Amino acid sequence: MKNKIGIREVVAMGIGTALFVVLTNAQIPLIFVPNTALQPRMAILAFLAAVFGPIVGAVVGLLGHALGDALFYGSVWWSWVFPEAVVGIAVGLFANKFAVKEGRFVSGRNIAMFNIVQVIANAVAWIVVAPVLDIAVYSEPANKVFVQGAFAFLGNIIIVGILGTILLIAYSKIAGRSSELKAED
Amino acid sequence: MSRLISYEKKDTPIHRLSGLSKLIFFILWCTASAFTFDTRILLIMVFMVVIIYRIARVKWRQVSAVFGAVMFFMVINLVCIFFFAPYQGCEIYGTRSDIIHLFGNYTLTYEQLFYEFNVFIKYFTVIPAIFIFLTTTNPSELASSLNGVGVPYTISYSLEIALRYIPDIQDEFRRIKNAQQARGIEMSSKGRLTNRIKNTATIIFPLLFSTMERIDVVSNAMELRGFGKKKKRTWYSKRELAPADYCTIIFIVLFFAASMVITFADGNRFYNPFV
Repeated sequence: MKNKIGIREVVAMGIGTALFVVLTNAQIPLIFVPNTALQPRMAILAFLAAVFGPIVGAVVGLLGHALGDALFYGSVWWSWVFPEAVVGIAVGLFANKFAVKEGRFVSGRNIAMFNIVQVIANAVAWIVVAPVLDIAVYSEPANKVFVQGAFAFLGNIIIVGILGTILLIAYSKIAGRSSELKAED
Repeated sequence: MSRLISYEKKDTPIHRLSGLSKLIFFILWCTASAFTFDTRILLIMVFMVVIIYRIARVKWRQVSAVFGAVMFFMVINLVCIFFFAPYQGCEIYGTRSDIIHLFGNYTLTYEQLFYEFNVFIKYFTVIPAIFIFLTTTNPSELASSLNGVGVPYTISYSLEIALRYIPDIQDEFRRIKNAQQARGIEMSSKGRLTNRIKNTATIIFPLLFSTMERIDVVSNAMELRGFGKKKKRTWYSKRELAPADYCTIIFIVLFFAASMVITFADGNRFYNPFV
């Protein structure tokens, strides 16, 4: 388990959050569903969680979403902040298995596992947690929030599945290289 | 890229408050606004937050761009609520008084209008509060006061790092975007969806990798300076809580409790003028 917070994790939480916030603005809107968009920042969240573990994932999700919404849109939609942390934690829990930093996120098995985990995590977050909080906290109409949640789920699994996977593979190739050095006899 | 709201140094009573009391105020304020649908409380909150906004002397040019964006999303949301659930208001208030039949299954009712009016003023209780909080709170002072109430300093410190590096990473984002545009990659909202995903990736790749490098550089620098060796640390921008801070905290706790009691006193969260 990567539950220890070292200096790298502290810095990763901070700078990762900053990156997440900046990318709030780099959205690819799905015009036909209001207030939902393909969010490249979700790929970044999954990436950071997979590399640095669940605590970094949770903090970047919570803090990044809340700050990003506040700074760019002037309002924080709390019921969509917490699902973000759910994704971060869920993906982060498997960080050791993915072995991104060890350079082993190139095998089909790890990639498949990452995508299974992210699909399940996104399903729980956007089809269950987000709409339920929407209804409980904001009394929004049920069918509206479930439709929004379903589209957020689709958008996120697409962007994490494509962009997130590519980013992780690329990083894993670079990060793992130093460990392939062999001492000469 | 729209302008971000950022801290601006001024000398007003709101600026002089400690970051901690502003944070507590802000969190309780937003929670109250999220939970209550009592129109009377919401109107009082709008009134109060407008007064605080005047006292804090927030400049319109600091927030106008963001304000435009929020209004845009708000209108979409309100329209959307109507189209997905034209009788949500009737369900909530238990009565139905039609104004005018629109088309098909859609009839405009007073209950629906009143419900959406509540959603509408909710926005106006929270938006000014966020503007005030962000323009009057010094990030490192906030981090130090968080640590002062027992938040581990590693967490306070990552908040401070986040706030510190947002402008830097934003600059970098812009630089990479310009460079890619110079190479002829279309970044505007034209183009097909698949192309736009691809084009966004051409920014995110270099941005993410330079960020990972930055994480290494910064954490090495902090390690060299002995960060995290001791259980405690001191803060340059630390400020003790003043009497005004205690008054603010006591006031918001009382206000929060009162608003919750009034909201839930009659069994549900809604103020019902229809019965």
